[in-house]
Amino acid sequence: MDLAYSAEEEEFRARLRAWLAVVLPALPPRPDPLDWPARRAYDCGWQRRLHDAGYADVHWDASPTQRLIFLEETELAGAPYVGANFVGLLHAGPTIAAEGTAAQRERWLPPVLRGDEVWCQGFSEPGAGSDLASLRTKAVRDGDAYVVSGQKIWTSHAEVADWCELLVRTDPTAPRHRGISWLAMPMDAPGVTVRPLRTLAGSTEFAEVFLDEVRVPVANRVGDENDGWRVTMVTLSFERGTAFVGEVVACRRLLGELARTARENGTWDDPVLRRRLGRLSAEFQALWRLTQANISEAQATGGVPGAGGSVFKLHYSHARQELYEAAATVLGPDALDLGRDWTLDRLSSLSYTIAAGTSQIQRNIVAERILGLPKGR
Amino acid sequence: MDFRLTEDQRALRKGVRELLARLFGREALRAAVDSGGLDRELWRELGAAGFFALRLPEEEGGVGLGLPEAVLLFEEAGRVLLPGPLVATHVAAGAVPGAAEGAVVVTSASEGLVPWLDEADVVLGEAEGAVPVRSVDPLTPLHKVPGTGGCAHPSPEGGPPRRAERLPTTVSTEAVSALLAAAEQVGSAGRTTDMAVAYAREREQFGQVIGGFQAVKHLCAGMLVRAELARAAVRAAAVTADPVEIAGAKLLADEAATANARDCLQVHGGMGFTWEADVHLHLKRAWVRAELWLPAARAEEVVAARL
Repeated sequence: MDLAYSAEEEEFRARLRAWLAVVLPALPPRPDPLDWPARRAYDCGWQRRLHDAGYADVHWDASPTQRLIFLEETELAGAPYVGANFVGLLHAGPTIAAEGTAAQRERWLPPVLRGDEVWCQGFSEPGAGSDLASLRTKAVRDGDAYVVSGQKIWTSHAEVADWCELLVRTDPTAPRHRGISWLAMPMDAPGVTVRPLRTLAGSTEFAEVFLDEVRVPVANRVGDENDGWRVTMVTLSFERGTAFVGEVVACRRLLGELARTARENGTWDDPVLRRRLGRLSAEFQALWRLTQANISEAQATGGVPGAGGSVFKLHYSHARQELYEAAATVLGPDALDLGRDWTLDRLSSLSYTIAAGTSQIQRNIVAERILGLPKGR
Repeated sequence: MDFRLTEDQRALRKGVRELLARLFGREALRAAVDSGGLDRELWRELGAAGFFALRLPEEEGGVGLGLPEAVLLFEEAGRVLLPGPLVATHVAAGAVPGAAEGAVVVTSASEGLVPWLDEADVVLGEAEGAVPVRSVDPLTPLHKVPGTGGCAHPSPEGGPPRRAERLPTTVSTEAVSALLAAAEQVGSAGRTTDMAVAYAREREQFGQVIGGFQAVKHLCAGMLVRAELARAAVRAAAVTADPVEIAGAKLLADEAATANARDCLQVHGGMGFTWEADVHLHLKRAWVRAELWLPAARAEEVVAARL
């Protein structure tokens, strides 16, 4: 059990910290959080800076420990989050890197790393959310293309995306997990219609996507035909395993801010509130340690993160929601002001126990894959 | 950074688990519950195995290991509900003669409670005028200290415990005690998770094992999450030895042990409510440990103070 970082890792940290100190003050002001086109431009600009400084592929090629340090340092320094590049950098990118052909990696990965192309996730459908395998969007082979028809929903960043990681049914007669394929679909293809959905936070970060006989080249299929479920499981383990770890650091920072505010406005004198913040602090500290344990395991085994990510996500998503509820107690009437970041974040946090697999689905994963309990309803 | 157990630590844990299976299996546990007494022979065997001397330097006859290893030891003790003032005797090793070897039983007062006062040879801390309590845990006799007072009275063999040279009650003594108690809680939380899962895979209702029902699965998954989070917190606190991190770890470990024992009882249904099932022993011990060394309200204040 060693929590100390190696000299090499500390050197990486120092170099990154020095670079952040120079580059962050020179960044343009942040866009309106509800304005996705502006956010795309801003997030891609940040990604371009990371690329030029040699940090672009930290999510893929760096060691898990370096990735941890990267997420910790960028968050502590208040650097921008991946934002619109979330799917490309943390989701589709790692999947193509792991499962794609040399030509596919060459075509799609560099633009993601440079911040030139944005991806969205076309997994969920109106009838296939938590039960992802019941998806119905169909792809029929026609020469060197698939003809795709159907509907996707909850498609994050669809409004501003260039590409979509699309799950389609290529064999309607096969058992439901076996007839699925993973396609890279250009969002400007004829037949693609994006209708932004307004979230309860007022943002249009996700959308419905209607697909009407969209032609997608067969060459855009990642993995074998009808093997898309396995490819998808690789994607999801990335999402659950590493995509959220940096946010623990954000929560620890937010909690510190909250305590300062509470001391200023006098709510800190309430022992019930004070102790509630103390408990949350202990939880986020423990989540950070759990992250380090998971990263150590991933580093040692060299594999993609396993079901341990579900253990993390289950507690994290609940604790983060609880953080905003505690914040509302500290802020009082200010918690009703949409002009405060806290208020928007509180609203956004309501998705954490739903997105990327609901807490109920995560509990099934933990019960079945870690504890070995039988599958069932 | 490599926050996994080393080869040596894994070997230590395996050795301790085997030792405790031999010294204190389930039959021994139930016999101890019936007798309610402290087994001196067991205490000496624990001493001979290095349980109390683990962190003493080798030149002082100890094993020369550190807090991370001690935490693994106490996790295993918590798993099997090993009885007695283990934490106090371990912490006193090196300061109280005979403690390291398991020849002397040391207890200490904490939060106005003194476990095992009548059975102990030495008591540390404020135990003046302590009166017996009908302890909820059949394997942890308790005395309660009214108000504040001095040290316990000296006594020869057989009588009430003799007064100890008070150990310097530094923050670290209390923090180490809290950490080791937290490790026991983690061990118990892991054990009740295993018990619930084993029962859920075997017990049938409505024509299938109950572990196939989502309502039961979700209880079990929640138990694993609590235990894993607390384990990461306790092990990290053992590495950093930071008093605030220790307080946070105690908080989560107390929560994991008590909530998991309750959920384990729920999974066991009516069986869980019987004296015969071991579930209540885990719950009652977890309640006792939660009241000793940094109970929730104080631990929360300690963590909050650094925010």
